[in-house]
Amino acid sequence: MTIASTIQQLCFLTLSAVVVLGALGVVLLPNIVYSAFLLGGVFLGMAGLYLLLNASFVAAAQILVYVGAVNVLILFAIMLVNKKENLAAIPGLLLRRLLSGGVCAGLFVLLLRVAFTTHWALPGPLPVGEEATIRIGEHLFSDYLLPFELASVLLLMAMIGAIVLARRDVYSSDVITGEPVDQGLIEKTRTPLLINPSGSAGAANAPSLLETTP
Amino acid sequence: MSADSQATAQAAAEAVTITLGSTIPLQAYLAVAALLFCTGVWGLINSRNAVRVLMSIELMLNAVNLNLMAFSDFLDGQLIRGQVFAIFVITVAAAEAAVGLAILLSLYRNRETVDMERFNLLRW
Repeated sequence: MTIASTIQQLCFLTLSAVVVLGALGVVLLPNIVYSAFLLGGVFLGMAGLYLLLNASFVAAAQILVYVGAVNVLILFAIMLVNKKENLAAIPGLLLRRLLSGGVCAGLFVLLLRVAFTTHWALPGPLPVGEEATIRIGEHLFSDYLLPFELASVLLLMAMIGAIVLARRDVYSSDVITGEPVDQGLIEKTRTPLLINPSGSAGAANAPSLLETTP
Repeated sequence: MSADSQATAQAAAEAVTITLGSTIPLQAYLAVAALLFCTGVWGLINSRNAVRVLMSIELMLNAVNLNLMAFSDFLDGQLIRGQVFAIFVITVAAAEAAVGLAILLSLYRNRETVDMERFNLLRW
C-alpha cells in the first residue's frame, strides 16, 4: 500500500483493535447472536489487515468467503439451534477458566518471545504490491496445480458430507399401500435417537405422519 | 526530458514504497496474530455452546492466516507463497465450517441441546 506512514500506522492500530476486541467479544459475550455479528467484524478487520499487507486478492476472498459464506452459515446455525436452555452448573468452572486462561497467557508470552527474539531475514525482497493477483494466478496454475484441484475435490466432499450429515433420516412408507414413498418430501418429527434408545426411532412412527398419498 | 523526469518519479515512488514497507514491523503483525490465536484457544476450551466452539476455530484459522500473510509480505515479497497458502487455508476453513455445522445440527437433533458438557457419549 502506498499511503503515508502515519495513516498506515493509524490503520494498523485501528484494525488491530477491531480484531482483538472483536475476538474477545466473540469469546466472552453471553449472547451468541452478538458473538456471530462480532465475528463478522473480526473478519472484516482481518481483510483490512490483509490490504495493509499488499494482498488485495486475499482480502477480497476473505470478505467473500468468510463474511459472505461462513458467517452467514454460522448465523443460520444459530437460528436453527437457538433454544433457550439453562446450562447446568459445573463444579469448578471458575477454576477451570482461570487455569485455561493462565495456559493461554503462557502460550501468548511464548509466541511473543519467539516473534521478538528470532532474527528474521529482514529486509526481505521488495513486495510485488499490486501484481500479487497475477502471481497468485501463476502459482495456482503452475506449481500449486495439484493442491488447487484437490481443493475442489475437498469442497465437493464437504458439500456432499454436509448434506448427508444434516438431512433427516426418514424411512417412511405409504399409509395405504405400504410401499416406500419419495423420502425427500417428508418432514418427520424430531426423534431423539440417543436419549431414548428403547423408544421408537425413525421408521416406526413415520407412517402416522404421512398424508394420504395415492 | 520527459522520460528522464518520469524515470526519476518512478525511482522516487520505489523509494517511497521501500520506506513505507517497513513502517509497521513484522513483529506487530505477529503479536496481533498471537493474541488472536490465544483468544481462540481460550474460547475453544471454555465455550459451552457448540456454535461458539466453531467460531473460536475460525478465529484461530484467521490468526494463522495473518501470520502467513505477514511472512509472505515481509520475507517472501516476490514469490508470494504465503498468500497462496492463505487461500488454501480459507478453502479448508469453508469446508470445515460447513461440515462442522452439519455435525452440530445432527447432534442438536439427536440430543436436543448444544451444551458441550452434555456431548459425553464417548466419555469413559
